[in-house]
Amino acid sequence: MDFEWPVFLEALPSLAKGMVNTVRIAGWAALLALLLGLVGGLCRVSRRRWLNLPALVYVTTMRAVPVLVTLMFLYYGLPSAGLLLDATTVGVLGLALTSGAYTSEVLRAGIQSIDRGQMRAARALGMSYGLAMRRIVLPQALRRVLPPLTSELITLVKNTALVSTIAISELLRAGTDFMVWKANTFSPFAGVALGYLLLTLPLIGLNAWLERRYAVT
Amino acid sequence: MGALLTIRNLHKSYADTSVLRGVDLEVDAGEVVVVIGPSGSGKSTLLSCVNFLEPFDAGEIAFDGRPVGYGPSGAATRMKLSERELNLLRRDIGMVFQQFNLFPHFSVLANLMEAPVRVLGRPAAQVRAEAERLLAKVGLAHKAAAYPRELSGGQQQRVAIARALAMQPKLMLFDEVTSALDPELKGEVLKVMRALAQEGMTMLVVTHEMQFAREAADRVVFMEDGRIVEAAPAEAFFDAPRHARTREFIASIQSV
Repeated sequence: MDFEWPVFLEALPSLAKGMVNTVRIAGWAALLALLLGLVGGLCRVSRRRWLNLPALVYVTTMRAVPVLVTLMFLYYGLPSAGLLLDATTVGVLGLALTSGAYTSEVLRAGIQSIDRGQMRAARALGMSYGLAMRRIVLPQALRRVLPPLTSELITLVKNTALVSTIAISELLRAGTDFMVWKANTFSPFAGVALGYLLLTLPLIGLNAWLERRYAVT
Repeated sequence: MGALLTIRNLHKSYADTSVLRGVDLEVDAGEVVVVIGPSGSGKSTLLSCVNFLEPFDAGEIAFDGRPVGYGPSGAATRMKLSERELNLLRRDIGMVFQQFNLFPHFSVLANLMEAPVRVLGRPAAQVRAEAERLLAKVGLAHKAAAYPRELSGGQQQRVAIARALAMQPKLMLFDEVTSALDPELKGEVLKVMRALAQEGMTMLVVTHEMQFAREAADRVVFMEDGRIVEAAPAEAFFDAPRHARTREFIASIQSV
């Protein structure tokens, strides 16, 4: 073991910088994923074929392909098709596309778990499908799926480590750079692990709290 | 002067099961019609067809001079009405369900105000005053701020009735609204319905409550196997049913 306090402490500033990037990428990706998940989930429960079929294809594809492959495809594959995106955009997009697929499934399950009588009652009052979904079904579904959604957010934060492979200087990349520079492995990676712990522990706490709060009784 | 609701030769099946096999029924404005019959006879399905929560296969329904579900009769092809037209129809037809179906994330008052404000676009202050009046009418003025889960089944069902009334409907549909209630809670709901009937509300009621049918109904309809077997004024229906099957059913209900 080559842990050395001086190296560890010296690594902290650059790790912190990398962590800021990790948070930025995770934040944008999470926002986009929620949007994708909302649209995807609503399309999945739609009875219109032209809405639910593309959504099913999207969800199935993204769940079947490893995140790393998605990132590689966007980063190396798309430029050959004439679409050159910068690394950060690719990172955010790749993570969001994947997370959006899982979020779609979580939301679909949430919507379908709401008693059909709710939609019937809303429609019987003259509400349109859209209004009934927005005001009656979705708010109840969202509340119910908050715990699995935070779970998905934790996965997303951890998946940001994968964008280190496409030249983005986030937390893991900052650690490997430091390892090469100082020829010391244990110290920077201890810092990296600690960094992820710092990011995910509050989310894990939030998840546990939500699960207790919205426990299905 | 035509009937408020006209149902002609209504047919509906689920997969291979035929649920409605040619139902004809008219309900005049101000009339209270009670539909009884064994479970599986198609009563609830009939009700759901009236506001087109369930589509039907053949036949026609007209409400207040407007076709329900499909375009005007006589058209060459059967055209489903647009969502917009259906929503307009449903504004005027209130419905109360066996399972209450109150919105659990809204307070009692918000349950009543949601549709009048969001669907009719009426000013919230005006709707609120009216909602409070309706809650007082069903004896729940003190529960305006409560949430549905804090209420008993009977109270929830009275809120559900008030919620439907808040849209100022011309017709009220009641789908076995006391079936999910404990016996001691049925009375408070039936009382509200009786008061409503006395005020002249047009009501189409599916129920197993024979006492209610006898007292509050203008006409009683007996359904079996997707058909109307007998329809008669309440008194005649119970005191002198003409069909053997109706007599059997009344006897079987009363022996319980």
